[in-house]
Amino acid sequence: MAVTALSAAESKRLSPRLRKLEDERWLAMALLAPTAILLGLFIAYPFFEGVMLSLSSTRVGEPGHFVGLKNFHKIWNDSIFRTTVWNTFWYTGVTTVFKLALGLWLAILLNRHFKGKAIIRAFILLPFIIPTVLSTFAWKWMFDPTFSVINWTLFQLGLITTRINWLGDPDLAMTSIIVINIWRGVPFFAITLLAGLQTISPELHEAAAIDGARPWQRFWHVTWPLLMPVTLVVVLFSVIQTFADFQLVYVMTGGGPANATHLFATYAYQLGIGTGLLSEGAAISLAMFPFLFIIVVVQLLYIRRVETR
Amino acid sequence: MIEGALWRRWVFYNIPLILFVFVLLFPFYWMIVTTFRPDGELYLPWNAVNYMPFWTNNPTLEHILYLFEETNFSRWMLNTMFIALVSTVISLFCGVLAGYALARLNFPYAGGLGTAIFITYLVPQTLLFIPLAEIIRNFQLGDTPWSLILTYPTFLIPFCTWLMMGYFKAIPKELEECARIDGASRWKAMVYIVIPVAVPGILSSGIIAFTLSWNEFIYALVFLSSPDQKTVPVGVTSELIRGDVFFWGPLMAGALLGSIPVAIVYSFFVEHYVSGLTGSVKG
Repeated sequence: MAVTALSAAESKRLSPRLRKLEDERWLAMALLAPTAILLGLFIAYPFFEGVMLSLSSTRVGEPGHFVGLKNFHKIWNDSIFRTTVWNTFWYTGVTTVFKLALGLWLAILLNRHFKGKAIIRAFILLPFIIPTVLSTFAWKWMFDPTFSVINWTLFQLGLITTRINWLGDPDLAMTSIIVINIWRGVPFFAITLLAGLQTISPELHEAAAIDGARPWQRFWHVTWPLLMPVTLVVVLFSVIQTFADFQLVYVMTGGGPANATHLFATYAYQLGIGTGLLSEGAAISLAMFPFLFIIVVVQLLYIRRVETR
Repeated sequence: MIEGALWRRWVFYNIPLILFVFVLLFPFYWMIVTTFRPDGELYLPWNAVNYMPFWTNNPTLEHILYLFEETNFSRWMLNTMFIALVSTVISLFCGVLAGYALARLNFPYAGGLGTAIFITYLVPQTLLFIPLAEIIRNFQLGDTPWSLILTYPTFLIPFCTWLMMGYFKAIPKELEECARIDGASRWKAMVYIVIPVAVPGILSSGIIAFTLSWNEFIYALVFLSSPDQKTVPVGVTSELIRGDVFFWGPLMAGALLGSIPVAIVYSFFVEHYVSGLTGSVKG
């Protein structure tokens, strides 16, 4: 009773506008308005525009007209697009498996008390912090066909006799890109999984050890299931970021050699911005959407199942 | 943790950890060495005799000087700094308010809006860059810093909101109710009681938002065209490669210097950064 009396007295002193903010619904609306405006203007509206663009025949400097699904039909029959789809899935799948395995390994290595742990943890996150384009240039320089330090090392170790043209061969180029993506992603997996590991009580491990579980069994039957919820969210983020990646491929190969290493985003950029075929570029970008949507839905359902179990 | 024999600790823990650290940090070492290496040493073929790739006895500043004298590098740094700071402030403002509303207020469709924010959190920039470029042009924002300042919040706000929701949910409701009993309005209770308690969260989101905007590439690449408007990642990419010729010395110098602001911010707030990163995946 006293509460309402006081707040009633208080609200008498407030201006009408502020009194309106006492109502939770009005306050919520006011607080969400800036976000809604910005996201509406620069996400919802572009999405709608993108759909319209992909259904038209627009080019740079040439307003197009409605052509239905013609652009999608065209890219479906485009052999470069098919390679692109395959590349994107291969790239996402391989990197995710390695990032998870290596990230988990690194997290386990860090989940102990030792001298200098804080410094090591701070340093290993660097590949994730430093702007991707800039660190990718360092890799491109390391993979340079003529001046490659990797070739030099392999040569000095007696493992190769002729140079390896890392970015000149389609398969090697894709592998190089995969290596760099793993390099950049492992710290993120390691640090977030480490946070997950730290929430697991060491007593569970001790109990399992007393019951005679080997280290591998302790990992598989104690750590892994308890870590599952964190793992799933980390994988979800990583899969989406990797699937839609652009910077790495753009810098390393630009989609080459002979369009063999394109991902959705780089091919969309090449057609839409490079050659000015805006509609086809938008269609390729949007072709990511159903895949992303399925990935998100499946992962969210799976996360919910794991969490309610 | 049950510790075994010394050799076992080295084989299973220390050596793998050293290898991880070596591989994760080597490209940065390579960046630094290249920055200070004279051109004459830089372009020795990989199988040349006496080639000593990991060290140089003739360090030089020529690449750094080239960067400042022959390119707009200092301008790119200022542009990036300005864009990253302003878009971070905008995103924090929006994200804190939206996070507060979604975490602590009862209103219709709160759940639906929370899900919508989470979904925009998952929208990659590469999905929308072509239509967005058209929209930026129609708004007459092309080739200005505002094209980025207004679009970066599209991926920063959902992130900040999501992170702040976690922090706000952890603050007990009683704190606010006490203030309300003492006669504070909802608005005042939020601004003076709840938000100050959430400052660590604001710091975490701010730092991550800053590094994310510094890192952003595709929007900056597509929306900006004149050399003096570019950000560091785009400037380095487009101005230090002419045709097929890579200016590796200045390129590595640019990569090194362009990373320093992020590295400084990160080194001062490592703990906040890590807690933000781990908070962002808590779902």
